[in-house]
Amino acid sequence: MRFILGFIGAVFAAVLLISFFSNLATHFSNPPAPLASEEFHREAKPLHLASDGPFGKFDKAQLQRGFQVYAEVCSACHSLSLVSFRDLKEIGYNDAEIKKIASDWKTQVPSINPDTGEAATRKALPSDTFPAPFANEVAARAANNNALPPDLSLMTKAREGGAAYIHSLITGYANANTYRNEEGKAVPAEAKPPSPNLHFNPYFANLNIAMPPPLTSAGQVTYAPGNPAPTVDQMATDVAAFLVWTAEPNLAARHAAGIAVVIFLLIASILGYFAYRQIWYEAKRAVRVTGALEPENQAKSKRAKSKQGIAG
Amino acid sequence: MSFSWAKAYEPKSSFMRWLDDRLPLPRLVYGAIGGGYPVPRNLNYFWNFGVLAGIFLTIQIVSGIVLAMHYFATTGGAFNSVNQLIMRDVNAGWLLRYAHMNGASFFFIVTYIHIFRGLYYGSYKAPRELVWMLGLVIYLLMMATAFMGYVLPWGQMSYWGAQVITGFFSAFPLIGEPLRVWLLGGYAPDQAALTRFFSLHYLLPFVIAAVVILHIWALHIPGSSNPTGVDVKSEKDTLPFHPFYTAKDGWFAAAVLLAYALVTYFAPDYLGHPDNYIPANPLATPAHIVPEWYFWPFYAILRSFTVDFILPAKLWGVLAMFGSILLLFFLPWVDKSPVRSGAYRPVFKRFFWLLVVDVIILGYVGGAEINAFNVALGQAAAAYYFLHFLVILPLVSAFETPLPLPNSISESVLHGEAAESAPAGSNKSARNTVVAG
Repeated sequence: MRFILGFIGAVFAAVLLISFFSNLATHFSNPPAPLASEEFHREAKPLHLASDGPFGKFDKAQLQRGFQVYAEVCSACHSLSLVSFRDLKEIGYNDAEIKKIASDWKTQVPSINPDTGEAATRKALPSDTFPAPFANEVAARAANNNALPPDLSLMTKAREGGAAYIHSLITGYANANTYRNEEGKAVPAEAKPPSPNLHFNPYFANLNIAMPPPLTSAGQVTYAPGNPAPTVDQMATDVAAFLVWTAEPNLAARHAAGIAVVIFLLIASILGYFAYRQIWYEAKRAVRVTGALEPENQAKSKRAKSKQGIAG
Repeated sequence: MSFSWAKAYEPKSSFMRWLDDRLPLPRLVYGAIGGGYPVPRNLNYFWNFGVLAGIFLTIQIVSGIVLAMHYFATTGGAFNSVNQLIMRDVNAGWLLRYAHMNGASFFFIVTYIHIFRGLYYGSYKAPRELVWMLGLVIYLLMMATAFMGYVLPWGQMSYWGAQVITGFFSAFPLIGEPLRVWLLGGYAPDQAALTRFFSLHYLLPFVIAAVVILHIWALHIPGSSNPTGVDVKSEKDTLPFHPFYTAKDGWFAAAVLLAYALVTYFAPDYLGHPDNYIPANPLATPAHIVPEWYFWPFYAILRSFTVDFILPAKLWGVLAMFGSILLLFFLPWVDKSPVRSGAYRPVFKRFFWLLVVDVIILGYVGGAEINAFNVALGQAAAAYYFLHFLVILPLVSAFETPLPLPNSISESVLHGEAAESAPAGSNKSARNTVVAG
C-alpha cells in the first residue's frame, strides 16, 4: 500500500512541477504588462476618528454633522436601508427632533390609501428605516447613467480600508490629465475615464468611478455654530465617522463590554495559573525521587534540583 | 478504564450513591474526565488543545442555537436578518454573531494546533489509529459545517464561495454536473441551496459532538499519548486527570479565551472579508473570490494545477484537494517508524518543521492575489506537501536511526530536563534504551 500511495504522491508532485515550469516559462517568454489599475491605485490615507482603538467611543457632535452631510448630499442618491430614524436617538437627537426629521424627509414611505386601497405614500415615522431615494434598481440606474448607487448602511465594513477609504474616496478626485502617481508617471490613455459619466479617482479600485465628486466646495453644508468650519475635508471626515456608526451602532457598547471581559479573563487566567502551580507543587517534586542514575544524568539532575531549590 | 491503578468512583453523598446505583453517569464522568482517568504526568501545553476544541465546539453550538432563533433562511431575508435584526435589534445580537463568527476561526486555530501536535508526536500510531481517524472525520465535518455556515449571511462571498465550492463537483466527468445540480437543488446557489445549507449547518455540529464522544472513547482505551511517546509503565508515570489536568486546562483555557475575546470585541471583522457585507448578487462577481482563512492551504492546492496534463487541470486540482486530506487517514501505515515522538527522530523533526512552513506558505498563497510569483510558490509548496506525506515520510521511517528513548515517562521527568516539554534529543547517554513498539 505504501508503494501505491507513494506513487500517487509522486504523480501529484510531478503534475504540480509541470504546472510550475510551464507557469515560469509563460511568465518569462511572455511577461505580463503591469496593469494601470495596479500602478495608479492608491491605498486610503490614514484617518483618525474618536471611534478608533479599543477605548474608542463615538463623537456625537461629529456624527450629527456627518448625518447632516448624508441628509443634505449623499441621500440624493444613496439609501440607508438598515438604519431607522429612531436610531438617531443614539447620536444625540431627542424624540421631537427625530419625529420632525422623519416627517420632513424628502422621500416618503410607500403605503396604501386607507380609503381606496391604492398604492400611496405617507410621511415617514421614527420607526421607519430611511426611505430609499429611488423606488427600485431600474429607477436608480435610469437616473444615474446606468450606475447603481450602493446602499451606505454597511459601507465602512464592506470596503477594504473602512472609514479611511470613504474619506479618501470623497476627497481624492483628480484630473486624469494632470495626475501623477508616486513615481511621477502620467495616467495612460486607456486608464483615463472613457466617458464624461466616469470620474478619475485613484482611490477607487478601477480608477474610474460613476459617482461625480459629491463634496465640491467648503460650506456646501452649513454647520450649526460651535462646529468646525465645513471644509471639504471636514465634511468628508464627518460623513465617514457617521458611516462607521451606521455600520456598527453598537461599537461603543462592544468596546465597553470587551474591556470588562478582558479584565475578567486576565484575572481568571492569573488566578487559574497560580491554582495550577499550587496543585502541581507536590507532583512536580515527588517524581524526582527514583532509582540510581548514571553520573552524567546525576549531574544534570543535581543542576535541575539546585535551580529549583531542592536539597540533595 | 485504561490502567489497573485507575481509581474507581466512590460516591461521596447518599444522593450520589442512589443515583450511581440507578444510572452510573457520575461514574462515567469520573472515569472519563475526573480522578479516575490516569494521564501521563509529562504532558506539555500542546496537549491542552483537545479540551480547547471541545470548548469552542460548545461555544459554537450555544451561540448558533440562539442565532438560529433570529435568522431567516430566505434569499431575500437572510442578509438583513443578520445585518439588521441580529446586529442591531436583538439584545446582544452583535455579541452572539461576532462570537459565532470568530468562534469558528478559533475552533480551527486550536484544531490545527491539535492536529500538528498529533503529527509531531506520532499520536496517530498504534494503538491510537482510530483516535486519529475519528479526529479526521471531525475535521472534515467541521469543514463542511464552516463552509455552509459562511453561506448563511448571503453576502457576496457567501454566494460566490458556494458557487465556487459546489463547482468542484462539476470537475468530475459525466456525473459531475448532475451531482452539482442535485447538491444545490438548482443550477446556481439559490433558495433551495440556502435552506438545505441552513438545515445541515444546524445538524452537523451535533454529528460532530457524537464523533467527539467516539474520539474520546477510543482515546481512553490506550490512554493519552505523551511527549516522549513511551508507553505508560507504572502508576508513577501518571497523574489523575482531575485535579491535575483540569487545573492545567482551566487556566490555559482562560488564557486562550482571552485571545478570543480580544479578537471578538476589538477586531471582530479582521478574519472576515469586507465583500461579505455586500448582499449576494448573482450578476456581479467579486474581484477576488477567497474562502475563509482556514481553507486557504487547500484552496492553494486546488489552484496550483494550471496545466491540462492527461486530465483537465480543474479535475487534478479537485482530486489533489480532496486527496490532501484523505491521505492523512493512511498516515498510521505510511509512517512505520516504531518511535512515536518526533523529539527522538532527528530527521523526521527537520521534515516536520519544513511541513509546518510549507502549510503556512500554502495558506498565504491561498489567500493572496493570483500572480506568477504566488502561483509558482503555491505549486512548489503543494508539490512538497504530497512528497512529504507520501514519499519522504515512508523513506524517513525506513532509514532513520532514532535517538535512544528513556526507560519510562517518570525517568524522563527525573532527568531534570525542562519539566513541561519533551526532552528533545538529550537522552543520548541513558543507559537502558528501549525502542517502543
